[in-house]
Amino acid sequence: MNVLLLLLIPAALGLGALGLAAFFWALRSGQFDDVDGAAERILIEDDDDAPVPAPRRDGETG
Amino acid sequence: MATDRLTLPTSPAVAGASAGEERGTIIVPGIHCAGCIARVERILGATPGITHARVNLTDKRVSVAWRGGELDLEAIADILRSAGYAARPVAGPDAAHDAAREERRRLVRALAVAGFAAGNVMLLSVSVWSGAEHATRDLLHWISALIALPAIVYAGRPFFSSAASALASWRLNMDVPISLALILAAAMSLHETVIGSERVYFDAACMLAFFLLTGRVLDQMMRARARSAVGELVALQPATAQVVDPGGARRTVPAEDLRAGMTIFLAPGQRAPVDGRITTGRSDLDQSLITGEAEPRRGRPGSAIAAGTINLTGPIEIEVTAAGAETGLAEIARLMEAAENARARYLRIADRAARIYAPLVHIAALLAFAGWLAASGDWHLALTTAIAVLIITCPCALGLAVPAVQVVACGRLFAGGVMVKNGAGLERLAEVDTVIFDKTGTLTRGAPELAATDEMAAGALAAALGLARESRHPLARALAAGLAGRGALPAPVTHVREEPGLGLEGMAGGRAVRLGSRAWCGEADDRTQTDEAGPEIWLRIAGGPARRFTFRDRLRADAGETVAALAARGLAVMLVSGDREATVRRIAAEAGITDFRWGQTPQDKAQIVTALHGAGHRVLMVGDGLNDAPALALAHASMAPSSAADIAGTAADLVFLGGRLGAVTAALDVARRARRLVRQNFALAGGYNLLAVPIAVVGLASPLVAAVAMSASSIAVTANALRLRAGRPQARAARPVEARPAAGAVARP
Repeated sequence: MNVLLLLLIPAALGLGALGLAAFFWALRSGQFDDVDGAAERILIEDDDDAPVPAPRRDGETG
Repeated sequence: MATDRLTLPTSPAVAGASAGEERGTIIVPGIHCAGCIARVERILGATPGITHARVNLTDKRVSVAWRGGELDLEAIADILRSAGYAARPVAGPDAAHDAAREERRRLVRALAVAGFAAGNVMLLSVSVWSGAEHATRDLLHWISALIALPAIVYAGRPFFSSAASALASWRLNMDVPISLALILAAAMSLHETVIGSERVYFDAACMLAFFLLTGRVLDQMMRARARSAVGELVALQPATAQVVDPGGARRTVPAEDLRAGMTIFLAPGQRAPVDGRITTGRSDLDQSLITGEAEPRRGRPGSAIAAGTINLTGPIEIEVTAAGAETGLAEIARLMEAAENARARYLRIADRAARIYAPLVHIAALLAFAGWLAASGDWHLALTTAIAVLIITCPCALGLAVPAVQVVACGRLFAGGVMVKNGAGLERLAEVDTVIFDKTGTLTRGAPELAATDEMAAGALAAALGLARESRHPLARALAAGLAGRGALPAPVTHVREEPGLGLEGMAGGRAVRLGSRAWCGEADDRTQTDEAGPEIWLRIAGGPARRFTFRDRLRADAGETVAALAARGLAVMLVSGDREATVRRIAAEAGITDFRWGQTPQDKAQIVTALHGAGHRVLMVGDGLNDAPALALAHASMAPSSAADIAGTAADLVFLGGRLGAVTAALDVARRARRLVRQNFALAGGYNLLAVPIAVVGLASPLVAAVAMSASSIAVTANALRLRAGRPQARAARPVEARPAAGAVARP
């Protein structure tokens, strides 16, 4: 019982703290600065890694 | 470090990131979808010299990095402007925006800490409830204390500081009972832990902080959307201007250094920074920002030009007559500032509830303490019971009641093409009983449409279309759109020349063609022409007679329907316009509005709103022009179409996309339903307290009961808010069908 307590509670807290630290890191690195944009960007077809294509006119004026 | 290169610049202010590289931020209010993001990033990415361009859709900002010396921020903004987006470079640090982002991050960090603590302490509490005893229980309590105390100190700060400032000014807000409950719960639990008692409320305190911070974060997200309208208006003014010295040399000076008597140069597409008079050059002037009228005015030497006017077609020089605080634009800014101050006195529904609720809770706790002390004479028992009352009545559900509903309502309106900038605006919208519409751009489409053409051959139409496509003048663009819509095919036109303020000239099929004003096409001025007639364009093909195209600003497709729907909901509808009587009368008749006023200045419009408010009415102002901005800021609630002048859009509480006016009714319905749900939520929270308070007062509020009751009420309130999602999707009708760049943007045909 005591072994479990001494092992599992620190393990649980450590994992929780790890998650918290990861979240803080994500927040600090600006991953939550544009949540709307992240949702919309998935709809953009252009692949960021692909070579830059010739400027394409899509006909819209704005 | 490699990761540093991946992160976005944390400060949008101009800062040299690496040698020779400069960074800056441009505000682009017109970005609203994935297409815009891709387009803006593609355009900037393809520009030589720009090394990095990233759009932030939430903030409507683009952060760019470029190699210094090749470009500057203003030049990059111009690239976006010529692509049809209104763009404003942020000069220097963007303090207000940074502060809002910092506050959001602080709240989210506090929320994360509270969530971590709540989760872990709750796990330990479950062990206690399921039978841990003696030394094990004490150990679990001590671990809980170790997690909970720092977490409460950290996560509770937003409440503590708000409560402290309220108490300092002898007021009670919702944060006072919250802070009291958090502090007392933590202190009492620590004491109970030290003496080895069973009743420890660390879990309840952490959960309290977590739920309340959730409400706070939601509320902050809502408020972050609202920006100061006055700040944006100042920002509208160009930061620099080109002064023409008496010798003819041009130099760039900051706009605030302009003085009356100077002469400045204004290129096509630029906005006038001052009031003035044209000295050299001819052009067409777009005053839609100032008067709300879409039809451009002709400018020639001697014509007056107001600050905020956009120069459309030709380069001009202006003699400055008034600069800075003396311009008409600055006068409108002052009117709006006064209006915003008046509106800041509106008390949000949650604060009104707090005024009643906070004293009640404190009295209940005090009575419980006094009662138990008198009955049992036991200080410790009386105090723990009183604290239990405070914990269990802590307005967890109340803190969530309003933000949860508003976030759901905003999400729903957003899907229907209506953007809510301000939670308080949504509350006020539900209370209105009078709607005032502006005419141009609000009831009407705001852009001229081809109404009628004289009899002419297909060849003439083709030549007109070919020529009209070459100009950015609004009437030429309306003509091109109208003719193309009627199936005309453009004829090839060569040697095109545009004479600002007059028209176009070119060669089509070997003959000279002129398109433009009556005089340009050699037609005598017709004095019999009435005010009723809209704008017109003439076409003359060498050797033939002049032919006329007339234009009319048409009503939005569902304007009549919307007016009827508003009347059916018991609202009074008015039309208030700066335009001439005949036009206003015609539009009012077409839309079915009987109460209309014409020839109103911005001050008049604001006065009408004030007078109605004085008579006990609550006004919803719907308008799009700079001339509507003071009335928009003053009205109880306000809406603007997304095509509105930036400043009107900023002054409004809600902005709707697309060509349909039905968005007004849809928003009103959602606002009213949201108000009903908020009231239900208050009833739910109140009912919960009616149940919980007696339990706590009798001394039965064990930590388990407190934890269960609190989460149950919070979940009930949130679930009730989500009901707004179900319902009929009437707002969907207003789905955006067309997106126009904000007024002021000059788009290429």
